[in-house]
Amino acid sequence: MTRQLVISQGLLSAAAKILSGSSVRWVDSQPDVCQRVYFANHTSHLDAIVVWSALPREVRQLTRPVAAKDYWIRGWVRRYLARTFNALLIDRTEIKVHQSPVDLMLREMGDKYSLIVFPEGGRSSGEGVGEFKSGLYYLCKKRPHLEVVPVHIDNLNRVLPRGEFLPVPLLSCVSFGPPMWLESGESKQEFLTRAREAVLKLKEA
Amino acid sequence: MGPTWGLIGVVLGLLAVATAVGQLLKRYTESGINPAAVETFNARVRAWWMLCSLLGAAVVFPNSVTVTLFGLISFWALREFITLTPTRLGDHRSLFWVFFLFTPLQYVLVGMHLYEWYSILIPVYAFLFIPARVAIAGDYKRFLERAAKIQSGLLVCVYCLSFAPALLELEIPDKPGQTKLLLFFFVVMVQLCDALQHTWDGLFGRHHIAPAVSSSRTWEGFLGGSGSAMLLGTALYWATPFSPLETGAMTALISVMALAGGMTMSAIKRDRGVKDYGTLVQGHGGVLDRIDSICFAAPVFFHATRYLLTELR
Repeated sequence: MTRQLVISQGLLSAAAKILSGSSVRWVDSQPDVCQRVYFANHTSHLDAIVVWSALPREVRQLTRPVAAKDYWIRGWVRRYLARTFNALLIDRTEIKVHQSPVDLMLREMGDKYSLIVFPEGGRSSGEGVGEFKSGLYYLCKKRPHLEVVPVHIDNLNRVLPRGEFLPVPLLSCVSFGPPMWLESGESKQEFLTRAREAVLKLKEA
Repeated sequence: MGPTWGLIGVVLGLLAVATAVGQLLKRYTESGINPAAVETFNARVRAWWMLCSLLGAAVVFPNSVTVTLFGLISFWALREFITLTPTRLGDHRSLFWVFFLFTPLQYVLVGMHLYEWYSILIPVYAFLFIPARVAIAGDYKRFLERAAKIQSGLLVCVYCLSFAPALLELEIPDKPGQTKLLLFFFVVMVQLCDALQHTWDGLFGRHHIAPAVSSSRTWEGFLGGSGSAMLLGTALYWATPFSPLETGAMTALISVMALAGGMTMSAIKRDRGVKDYGTLVQGHGGVLDRIDSICFAAPVFFHATRYLLTELR
């Protein structure tokens, strides 16, 4: 990692923390550099940057948010930001059979990187948490020893709501929950429901 | 510089006593006092140290630095206020202008000593702008309520607080350059009134003012706190441009406004079901909890001082 990248990453995460006023909580959980998949509710375009910034520096350098390609390649600012926080851009418009997003994610993770994913797919209105798509389940099925960590993002939808480009600097909160694993014999639906409930539980915690 | 150092000495002495009491209470847990209350007290003492070092800095640095610092406090308090208040998507654009135009502009005008502008910018122009912008955004649900929420946040956190650094520009006849000391005196007295009211509440409180709004504030606390604050304030008259009698009256005014600020903010907090603005988002200090009484007292103290010092003499 070049020195320049380390500096811009530090600046970007500091700016994200100041703008989103985010406080970070680890609920029954500890930051760790082991390979993990953080999955969070999706309420704002800032989600990826804010969750990434909430991680300690050593963890952050090994963590790549998964983000939508069509949004993050538009304009040089977004392209620069996506490069700085080392985003793994997924093409939502053409998903091919042999190039499925899950395979791409596993390949890019290797045995080094962790990922931040938003299993709801699109952003929810910010009130509730939508149903999870199955990608998280297939990630765990192919790599059963992967720790998946629920993350709840609170109030960020008011900082930068859908369709707005000017942020309002309110205070938000990012909560990390205890790691979970895919149980042997657990069905897709059971696992996705359990994962979604883990995120919802962090809202109350 | 005589009175300045005198006041700083008094304040340092009081802070040292408060810190010592807090540490002693923490050490001797068998005193029978609720440990949570001791922790709250110690948190308050820490906030006082911060506030007083800030004011100490204000004495040394040029006025523009002090104005900027108060501007940053306003910005943070407004963040806490609006975070606590539910707003809708349709309020987003007006909130943007509130944060990035009206808040900085108010402090720029205060820094430029433009009284005739900063005294009306928010209560006239911002108050007309906010509902208009919300209406243009096209969402009419609970329209008045939403506009009022943003307006009150801006009024309390920005407009009212900006009158504290505005004290710096008051012209005190035959005592020029005393305004820094006046600001120092004001903030210290607000904190003292708060602390004394709480002490009296805890020791002698029987009759609650409004138990549903605040479970701690009592008439005994208010009267006893105001009385002892007036004694202390009068004893400090040498640090102010006022006569002893005037200083006592000013302290009484501050005490009433401190109560008003505390009660108003706890009503808002009760309505939203939180105890402190600080616990609303964990890890943040709860700036609004510390400055609610300053916000309410500042404009009243400013106008009373202006009237006493420039109109009556």
